[in-house]
Amino acid sequence: MSLDTDTVRKIAVLARIKIDDEKLSPLASELNNIIGWVEQLSEVDTDGISPMTSVAEMTMPVRADVITDGDCEDRVLANAPQKVAPYFTVPRVVE
Amino acid sequence: MTQANELTITEARDALIAGKLSATELTQSCLDAMAKAGELNAFITETPELALERAAQSDARIAKGESRGALEGIPVAVKDLFCTKGVLTTAASHILDGFVPEYESTVTENLRNAGTVMTGKTNLDEFAMGSANVTSYYGPVKNPWKLDDGKDRVPGGSSGGSAAAVAAHLSLAAIGTDTGGSIRQPASFCGIVGMKPTYGRCSRWGTVAFASSLDQAGPMTKTVRDAAIVLQGMAGHDKKDSTSAPVDLPDFAAAITGDIRGMKIGIPKEYRIDGSPAEIDAIWRKGTDMFRDAGAEIVDITLPHTKYALPTYYIVAPAEASSNLARYDGVRYGLRVDGDSLDEMYENTRAEGFGDEVKRRVLIGAYVLSAGYYDAYYVKAQKVRSRIAEDFKKAFAQVDVILTPTAPSTAFAIGEKMDDPIAMYMNDVFTVPASMAGLPCLSVPGGLGDDGLPLGLHLISKPFDEETLFRAGDVLEKQANFTAIPAGWGAGQ
Repeated sequence: MSLDTDTVRKIAVLARIKIDDEKLSPLASELNNIIGWVEQLSEVDTDGISPMTSVAEMTMPVRADVITDGDCEDRVLANAPQKVAPYFTVPRVVE
Repeated sequence: MTQANELTITEARDALIAGKLSATELTQSCLDAMAKAGELNAFITETPELALERAAQSDARIAKGESRGALEGIPVAVKDLFCTKGVLTTAASHILDGFVPEYESTVTENLRNAGTVMTGKTNLDEFAMGSANVTSYYGPVKNPWKLDDGKDRVPGGSSGGSAAAVAAHLSLAAIGTDTGGSIRQPASFCGIVGMKPTYGRCSRWGTVAFASSLDQAGPMTKTVRDAAIVLQGMAGHDKKDSTSAPVDLPDFAAAITGDIRGMKIGIPKEYRIDGSPAEIDAIWRKGTDMFRDAGAEIVDITLPHTKYALPTYYIVAPAEASSNLARYDGVRYGLRVDGDSLDEMYENTRAEGFGDEVKRRVLIGAYVLSAGYYDAYYVKAQKVRSRIAEDFKKAFAQVDVILTPTAPSTAFAIGEKMDDPIAMYMNDVFTVPASMAGLPCLSVPGGLGDDGLPLGLHLISKPFDEETLFRAGDVLEKQANFTAIPAGWGAGQ
């Protein structure tokens, strides 16, 4: 499997990173080197092996679904690059 | 005369208890050393005022007989990946410009409650992605160890600033994070002790996430005993992190008895890699001999899937990173670059805010998780990961501790390996396998390489058996008797 520039453009959109057209081709070859290298994993026999889902062998704890925090809009918004309190603001989405 | 900043934690603690030294004097001594060490670029943010304030509080507690223990008044430098309330936190990324957290990470909160004094936030690879501390938006860190060729060496990474700070005596200890070797490899490059605890031992709450199934905080210190003392102050169950292990903390330092007679030390044959420099084999053999001399039993073991650990890591870690780093959207904190639409604003912000290595990993992650490739890459990697973990489990049925080299070389010059990502990734070839299995590991300075730069020895133990790790590491440290110091950064300098 190898990545062409169209695939790189597609995953850049998925990752929401703008990539200039002239950078697509060098980036594709860099990523191909890495992907080509990780493909050696296909040599490993993993028939009947379950994928690891938990590093430490422990059961996920559960807690009561209750509110433990709140009333702190100022703190939530403190680092917002743009805001109109008590909201974050973004470019217009609905015309 | 030894200056206060050159003391170990154990020595400083004794001086503080005896009233021969105040926390303020100790802190000031570190701050003075930091002020003279600007060229290392070890810190992104120094916090001298805060440090002196906390040192004064320590002195007041000590005067009242209310010392909080072994870490009271001890200066600790904090990797700038831990959120610190009211103090700029950057992850060495442009995208976190101006981010001042409203909360404190559990690990730094625990250390503060133990009486430590934070001296500043140390430099790192951007989002902890790197092995040389060259991907920081704030510039590379220089290793305090130098050679006559005039070339500056990397301190290793990603916790390069923390390692450089301890090696140059800018702090008695530092904390770092380790995803695939980010504490241990810089510890090896800088001639200090670095420890990655068992996954789940330290809370990840409030630590900027890179790869959540691998990230673990740990101590970076001058001695193994100091590492045990600092880990005691960092670790513990935390309800705010669902992967934090609900297990009691043993007294780590008490495990250091100096006696490892009969301990079984495993030597995995797969860590002998083709083309590895002779000095790496030599230091490994030296470590083996030191353990044998101390009365341990050396056992040859096999970890058959070792060579697949690094490629597995470079699927799992980027996949988790691409998902964790989705939060940097220009809306809630940090950098924002405007665009005509919401999507354009996201794309512009992330294009300008992330450096090349971070972009590379986020894109690889997005690719291996994308429709049609998920099973072929991500699920396959998680299956190989199960096999790697199984290898270790079998090995630990035979041995107590596994001994390997920490890194495949000494520190290289800044600028080397920059145009070949895979060559850079190879730095972590010995540290990544144990990370994939969540195991506790310790790097101890073993000696000097042919070029006169430090080389570490790497110990791995069973999950939650840090005690055996510290006991073995302390014996290795005493046998190695590593007393070399980077010229110009110690012994009264």
